[in-house]
Amino acid sequence: MSAALPVIWAVLIAVAVFAYVVLDGFDLGVGILFPAVHGRAERDVMVNSVAPVWDGNETWLVLGGGGLFAVFPLAYAILLPALYIPLTIMLLALVFRGVAFEMRFRARNDPERRRWDWAFMGGSYVAAFVQGVALGAFVQGIKVTGRAYGGGWWDWLTPFSLMTGAALVAGYGLLGACWLIWKTQGDLQDRFRRLAGRLAVVTLLFIGAVSFVMLCLSAPFRERWLTLPKALGAALVPLVLLALAWLFFAALKQRRELAPFLYALGFFLLAYVGLGVSLWPMMVPPGVTIQAAAAPPATQAFLLWGASVLLPIILIYTGYVYWLFRGKVQVGVGYH
Amino acid sequence: MAGLHLPSALDLARSQFAFVVVWHFLYPAFTIGLASFLAVLEACWLATKKAVFLDTFQYWLRIFAVVFAMGVVSGLVMSYQFGTNWSVFSDKVGPVIGPFLGYEVLTAFFLEAGFLGVMLFGLKRVGPELHFMATCLVAIGTLVSTFWILAANSWMQTPAGFLRTADGRFFPTSWAKALFNPSFPYRYAHTVVGAYLTTALVVGAVGAFHLLKDKANPRARLMFSMAMWMAVIIGPLQIVLGDLHGVNSYHYQPTKVAAMEGQFETERGATSLLFGWPDAKAGETRLALGVPKLASLYLTHDPNSVVKGLDAYPRNTWPTNIPLVFFAFRTMVALGLLIALLGATGLVLRWRGKLYESRLFQRFAVAMGPAGFLAVTAGWITTEAGRQPFTVYGLLRTADSVGPVAAPAVAASLVAFVVVYVVVFGAGMAFTVHLFGQTPGPHDPGPPQNEPVRTASVAPITQVVS
Repeated sequence: MSAALPVIWAVLIAVAVFAYVVLDGFDLGVGILFPAVHGRAERDVMVNSVAPVWDGNETWLVLGGGGLFAVFPLAYAILLPALYIPLTIMLLALVFRGVAFEMRFRARNDPERRRWDWAFMGGSYVAAFVQGVALGAFVQGIKVTGRAYGGGWWDWLTPFSLMTGAALVAGYGLLGACWLIWKTQGDLQDRFRRLAGRLAVVTLLFIGAVSFVMLCLSAPFRERWLTLPKALGAALVPLVLLALAWLFFAALKQRRELAPFLYALGFFLLAYVGLGVSLWPMMVPPGVTIQAAAAPPATQAFLLWGASVLLPIILIYTGYVYWLFRGKVQVGVGYH
Repeated sequence: MAGLHLPSALDLARSQFAFVVVWHFLYPAFTIGLASFLAVLEACWLATKKAVFLDTFQYWLRIFAVVFAMGVVSGLVMSYQFGTNWSVFSDKVGPVIGPFLGYEVLTAFFLEAGFLGVMLFGLKRVGPELHFMATCLVAIGTLVSTFWILAANSWMQTPAGFLRTADGRFFPTSWAKALFNPSFPYRYAHTVVGAYLTTALVVGAVGAFHLLKDKANPRARLMFSMAMWMAVIIGPLQIVLGDLHGVNSYHYQPTKVAAMEGQFETERGATSLLFGWPDAKAGETRLALGVPKLASLYLTHDPNSVVKGLDAYPRNTWPTNIPLVFFAFRTMVALGLLIALLGATGLVLRWRGKLYESRLFQRFAVAMGPAGFLAVTAGWITTEAGRQPFTVYGLLRTADSVGPVAAPAVAASLVAFVVVYVVVFGAGMAFTVHLFGQTPGPHDPGPPQNEPVRTASVAPITQVVS
């Protein structure tokens, strides 16, 4: 049991991070799409589509951070100093965005509202970008000395991490556009449909580019993905991705409303699983394994008890809240 | 360059944590009480169907939405501070207090976040009963969240239920002992009541402000009356809880209490200082003015007992900033007494039927609006600066808890936090004060649900039609 606990927790933390990426991904995406939409009423519709749920979406980020602290304290203690600058920038960006959420509706005049719109948009771009940068820096590998981060405070900044940053901005933009196809109608919806198509092309190109660079950079990745017989299984991932891409564009063409969002989630899921396969069984690549980073079994078991009861309950009431605010967001109607 | 002393990464990391946590706590100090107040108002509305309760509810709900959002994002920062600047601490104590934070997310944060949306936007969607349930769940969430975070904080003050590994990490041995560690019940009660008082003082001040303009406004009367009941009931309760907490601290954290008292020398029938200037270098408190035997009385409940001073403990275990602890404690106590005076005066005026008449008293209540924020901040400074030079009292030194991040990085992030907090939260708080100034009227619309948009999009059509 004590060897299984860290694996269970690694999977749970990975699920929490994935939940965060797709949930806050589409609501950060709403901010990322702000430059494409200028009308005040239309921007209000965009923000209203996520207003009742964004706080819950962001809570998954707290679960990822708090959970890591509890069950993999060593990973938490290594990663946060290693990613000090991108994470600090991310938190500040989320501060801008979170306050702008409440304040832009209450602005007393147009210049004030434009400032809060900028805070909302800027916060969304910066948060998405530095999350991607942090992901890239993590995948590249973190230098560890003893039980602490052993590198410098600019190690995270590389061409690769900048590319993953840009990739996540495009990806979140795609999720946001697909979410808005689902939540809006008419002319506004048509615009998001066009944007979703373009952003999907960009996102898929980024997924290809990031995969290619990872294979070039790292021998273990090549070993895992390109040598037979592993390559036969691994080849499934890009094939499924291509199939999903075909389905996505077909759904967009047929003007379906929810399907593009689900296929876009599929892109994220595949990229995420691919990443997981590449890194397994490392908690902090390249050297700290899941087992080595784990808190003692007593700690992991204590939190697992609660999580196994509470997570299903959380999923039920979160689902209920989404169901409650289902349907299209009307221009000028909001939540009455 | 001689004599130029640059702050170390440790000093900067401490400044950063102090800054972000003090700023953050201003929001929960207010929303913990406000959530419960809203639940009570909505319950009264459901029970009586009187519009005044709903209107007052909607008035405060608008304010709650803004303050809660600021609390959420400033709290998000906190959950990463442990790792970014205090990674060695995190590695060592994560196995014990990490799960408390994990449980805080699972039992409280999701609950609050999930039902906040319903509370703010859902009254017409779900109907009054379900909406009331959402309000209650948010209020319960704030109290549950306080429970876990204070369990973690209290464990750092009075650690229990653990063992040390050879490399100095803390492993759990008893969750019950770690969770219900010796100072936790006192700290929890003292903090929750402090938060309720903070809310009562703000609500009372806003009510008084509007009574000064129109003493017949029923919503202002309602909020003022409810707030003054709170002040008279829990104001004195808080003093009793504070005393019990002090006795507990004297038992488990004697160096903290000695610093609070400015007591360097062990003394029989110890004096309680009203004023003085503690000088750690000289090992004495200058200009001391105090009441003999009083400290012995309230710390041990025996006026002639011996109270240990700082001289009973090695110098390297003394709090690093004794004057800060000493004055923060006095600030808190003075404010506590003022709050009790406000409550008592309110009770006498109510008795005489002059609660809504006395303009002098209403001005006093307005002036006391920020007193709760000042008192809880002073209280936290007392207990946290009093825990120094340790992060885990007596066991893990602050200097051995800090992470490997270079001073310039910590300095840069500190500056960034200060600038962003002042600009963004400053604007948010200015707006909150603006909301306080709005007269609580009948048919309060509550949080904005797109009215401006509707007016804007409807106006041209009406123009065309007419």
